[in-house]
Amino acid sequence: MKPFVQCSGIKKSFGSKEVLKGVDLIVEEGKTLVILGGSGSGKSVLLKIIIGLLKPDSGRIFIEGEDVTDYSEKELLSIRRKISYMFQWGALFDSMTVFDNVAFPLREMGVSENEVEERVAEKLSILGLKDAGKLFPQDLSGGMKKRVALARSIISEPKCILYDEPTAGLDPITANQINKLIRKMQQMLNITSVVVTHDIKSMFYVADKVAFLYEGIINFYGDIAEAEKSGSDTLKEFIYGGERNGV
Amino acid sequence: MALEKFARGIEEFGEIIILGAKTVKTVFTTKPDIPQISYQMVLMGSQSMNIVMVTGLFVGMVLAIQTAYTLAAFGAKLYIGEVVSVSMTRELGPALISLLVGGRVGAGITAELGTMNVTEQIDALRSMGADPVKKLVSPRLIAFVISLPILVLIANAMGVLGGYFISALELDISGKFYMNHVFRMLKFNDVFSGLGKTLFFAVFVTLIACRNGFKAQGGADGVGRATTSTVVLSAITILISNFFLTKLFLIL
Ligand SMILES: Nc1ncnc2c1ncn2[C@@H]1O[C@H](COP(=O)(O)OP(=O)(O)OP(=O)(O)O)[C@@H](O)[C@H]1O
Ligand SMILES: [Mg+2]
Repeated sequence: MKPFVQCSGIKKSFGSKEVLKGVDLIVEEGKTLVILGGSGSGKSVLLKIIIGLLKPDSGRIFIEGEDVTDYSEKELLSIRRKISYMFQWGALFDSMTVFDNVAFPLREMGVSENEVEERVAEKLSILGLKDAGKLFPQDLSGGMKKRVALARSIISEPKCILYDEPTAGLDPITANQINKLIRKMQQMLNITSVVVTHDIKSMFYVADKVAFLYEGIINFYGDIAEAEKSGSDTLKEFIYGGERNGV
Repeated sequence: MALEKFARGIEEFGEIIILGAKTVKTVFTTKPDIPQISYQMVLMGSQSMNIVMVTGLFVGMVLAIQTAYTLAAFGAKLYIGEVVSVSMTRELGPALISLLVGGRVGAGITAELGTMNVTEQIDALRSMGADPVKKLVSPRLIAFVISLPILVLIANAMGVLGGYFISALELDISGKFYMNHVFRMLKFNDVFSGLGKTLFFAVFVTLIACRNGFKAQGGADGVGRATTSTVVLSAITILISNFFLTKLFLIL
């Protein structure tokens, strides 16, 4: 299997707080990797390091075999055409309408305005946002913001998408639609995906591989069946904890 | 402690210089975003027009009264037109208006960019391959470099008008006489050196404000602190650089 993203020995501290203590991780091309981990374990930090928004203190990042660790902001441009990042809290531009937010990546790439109109309208309607195009982010509910952020991250159909908790805070039906969409994007367009989630149902639906980030390192990496068999107790508790307690 | 503060000051200064270099390069090497620049200019103008008009008018009136009072002993009340127009255009208009408008506009920029930073909108720009300096800093810089001199010019005109009112209504100097004196003395150079300084002030304020916005961290609280720091630092920078720029323009 060809790795699309490879992290090796990634360390990152903020002040005296060591968040990542040597993360080794592979995301296979065309597959979906789900990253599990407790709150504050550094999942978002890891995604930001992969796309170059944060620099690791040590360790290397390879994208399609290319070492991008020390790339400047300008050199990272080519990487950012290939990988998009759906921010955990949306990070929608407040000064722009929903339509302009979703259109942003396409306009940056110089896509013609006709095509922009068409593609944005299509994505908005898939995500049930058909009538929201003219609204501003402050007029949206939390779940709508999440869907706009999702639309913005998939609009350019990049080779790889990093989803940071795409279903958190959504009702079960919408969450399910989003899971399906992530799966569909991966299967139809062969998009490599990384999904950070706390939503175990979502994990079962989308994951090819699972990685468990615990105490700054990858505590488990493998497929779901393996996780059930050989994962650490902490991981099993993470996956089945809620259900065993009869929830 | 003091040393630490000093070191942080130096670092901050370095960051502003680096941002300045990047911005200047961007301004001269990329196509200007005209819609965004005009939008920013309208915003800056509408934010500041009232302060500018009121300040200009009242400073002009005070100048006229003070001049009449101090020069009365020399029987030179007649030179009010000269004194008001020259002090207004050379010094008071540029310095006072830059201080006030700079504080207003700088605070607005830091609050906006700071909010964008803490809500990850700046990261979002970068993640989509857009350059925050090009998208956010250069349009604001160009807009303020154009707006500030215009606002100062308006304040200057209001100041002269203020002097006119006082002369005509309180000092029994005919309006026509006052105006003749204004234009007899006032040289292009006076207006030019005053406006020239404001170009520099606009650049300083925008860079300080953008840098503080990009550095704002930790929610609304952090944005508030960054904004205060912009207001203070802009004011100090304007006051100190005003001295050196005045010397420079006297040599030129
Ligand atoms: N820019 C930053 N400056 C300082 N500390 C940071 C920064 N970004 C993240 N951290 C810290 O790093 C740790 C990991 O943060 P991160 O956001 O990656 O957690 P997470 O695993 O995504 O958690 P959650 O599931 O709650 O989103 C946290 O303790 C956070 O306070
Ligand atoms: Mg997170």
